[in-house]
Amino acid sequence: MAASSRLSRFNIASLALGLAFLYLPIVILVVYSFNASRLVTVWGGWSLHWYGEFFRDEAMLEAASMSFRVAATSATLATLLGTLAAIALSRGERFKGRTLFSGMLYAPLVMPEVITGLSLLLLFVALDAARGFWTVTIAHTSLTLCFVAVVVQSRLGSLDRSLEEAAMDLGCDPARAFVAVTLPLIAPAIAAGWMLAFTLSLDDLVIASFTTGPGSATLPIRIYSEVRLGVQPEINAICTLVIGLIAVVIVVASLVSKLTASRGESAAPL
Amino acid sequence: MSARAIFTRPARLAAIAPYVWMALFFLVPFGFVLKIALSQTAIAQPPYLPVFDLTAGAGAIKAAFAALSLDNFRLLVSDDLYIFSYLRSLVVALVSTSILLLIGYPIAYGMARLPQRWQAIAMMLVIIPFWTSFLIRIYAWINILQHDGLLNRILLALHLVASPLVWLSTDSAMYLGIVYSYLPFMILPLYAVLAKMDPALLEAAGDLGAEPRSAFWLVTFPLSLPGVAAGVLLCFIPIVGEFVIPDLLAGSDSLMIGQTLWLEFFTNKDWPVASAAAVVLLALLVAPLVFYDRLQRRQLESNH
Repeated sequence: MAASSRLSRFNIASLALGLAFLYLPIVILVVYSFNASRLVTVWGGWSLHWYGEFFRDEAMLEAASMSFRVAATSATLATLLGTLAAIALSRGERFKGRTLFSGMLYAPLVMPEVITGLSLLLLFVALDAARGFWTVTIAHTSLTLCFVAVVVQSRLGSLDRSLEEAAMDLGCDPARAFVAVTLPLIAPAIAAGWMLAFTLSLDDLVIASFTTGPGSATLPIRIYSEVRLGVQPEINAICTLVIGLIAVVIVVASLVSKLTASRGESAAPL
Repeated sequence: MSARAIFTRPARLAAIAPYVWMALFFLVPFGFVLKIALSQTAIAQPPYLPVFDLTAGAGAIKAAFAALSLDNFRLLVSDDLYIFSYLRSLVVALVSTSILLLIGYPIAYGMARLPQRWQAIAMMLVIIPFWTSFLIRIYAWINILQHDGLLNRILLALHLVASPLVWLSTDSAMYLGIVYSYLPFMILPLYAVLAKMDPALLEAAGDLGAEPRSAFWLVTFPLSLPGVAAGVLLCFIPIVGEFVIPDLLAGSDSLMIGQTLWLEFFTNKDWPVASAAAVVLLALLVAPLVFYDRLQRRQLESNH
């Protein structure tokens, strides 16, 4: 029986409608970012005018640079900590405080951002920390390390443990076996985790709004304050640039998974 | 000692750094939220005094505890505005999660029945929006829904309406935005369960005389319930505290609790009331969070 013959018309229709629903608004946004007209809704021909506007907008560029620095730093910290957490959870068997540990790692995945943001801000205020780059970076690290932990943990869980055991039977000590055998196998998941952490940080509005200080707005904070004033063509251009960047990250992530993990396991970036 | 056990000790040591980090930046901050929620509004104006001055000694800490009050919580239960926004948050989360399940299930089901090659592509297509900014995707809808936006112009051109309709600042726009943003969170766990299901089960049901429809309800759906639970929790919990979507798409006459908290914090600068609102929101979410934690643990740790 050919697999495709099992697809009913209903299956195809729901898939097509579902994907159209997910993508149409983004496509429209991208198309309108090339609109020459000042009126967002009137089509005035193709133009790169609004991209030029963005590259002349000092405040917006500064926010973009802040966002990139925060995203790169927090993604790197989160990848280190998240990978350690994943190793502890999947190779540490039972240890004291394990339940609390996994709870602290899974709860932030669904915790409403207003709670995370507010609680971190109160901590920073109590510690009398100057709010800005580092407070946002710490906040984003705390959130995204949980995503990294889940991605790496599910990869570690699907690995064949007998490979590690074979390495040790052949005389490797645990550290050597980990570096020589386990690490290369989970490297694609670690890379995907870094990229997920990077994009999550780049996207975050709520937690950054709570934890940043005056004069250090991130890109989403600036976009949000502009969007509240209504739709502006320049925002269309900025959003398209961000979407393009994220698309590149996703393509790289999936290529990395494909190149390094062709052992028949699914290597989706999530 | 088996090779497997030799790994255990260093792996446990790996927990130390993330453990300390999460305790400091996830667990401890809740203590501060509770403390501020219990403090007086008057003394809590920003710029803020340090809450626990550890250098002041035990006497000062005792005095600080004596100053705690439940006033902020009394305010929350006595003011209709707050009660209403809690209720609204729960209703919005319930309604949108139901819509998400109704829309997401057929899509996940369709994906699971695609030929293997296409499944990977379909999954990629569902994941990509998850990586794309929430804010940008909501903004894309504002483009479409605004007064002279694409939707109204299409409706006018087709002569379906005589004059432009109001879409923005309505509950329909908000539900649309929520469903749009959270759809991948519903589809992915459902798909994960449905794709793993053995097609032989359905064939067996068919051989035993079940119509395809009743085979679905008797076999497929009950077996997919863990995915349903995961998808529902993954959507419901964050939607209850959602801020960006209702703020940009719904009207301002009724607020969700995330908006109320934001307003108290950023506009009214009333940190104690904002903290009390956060404590109540967290209390509402404790049960679903515990359930979610169990589910997640079972799923991630089952294969060891």
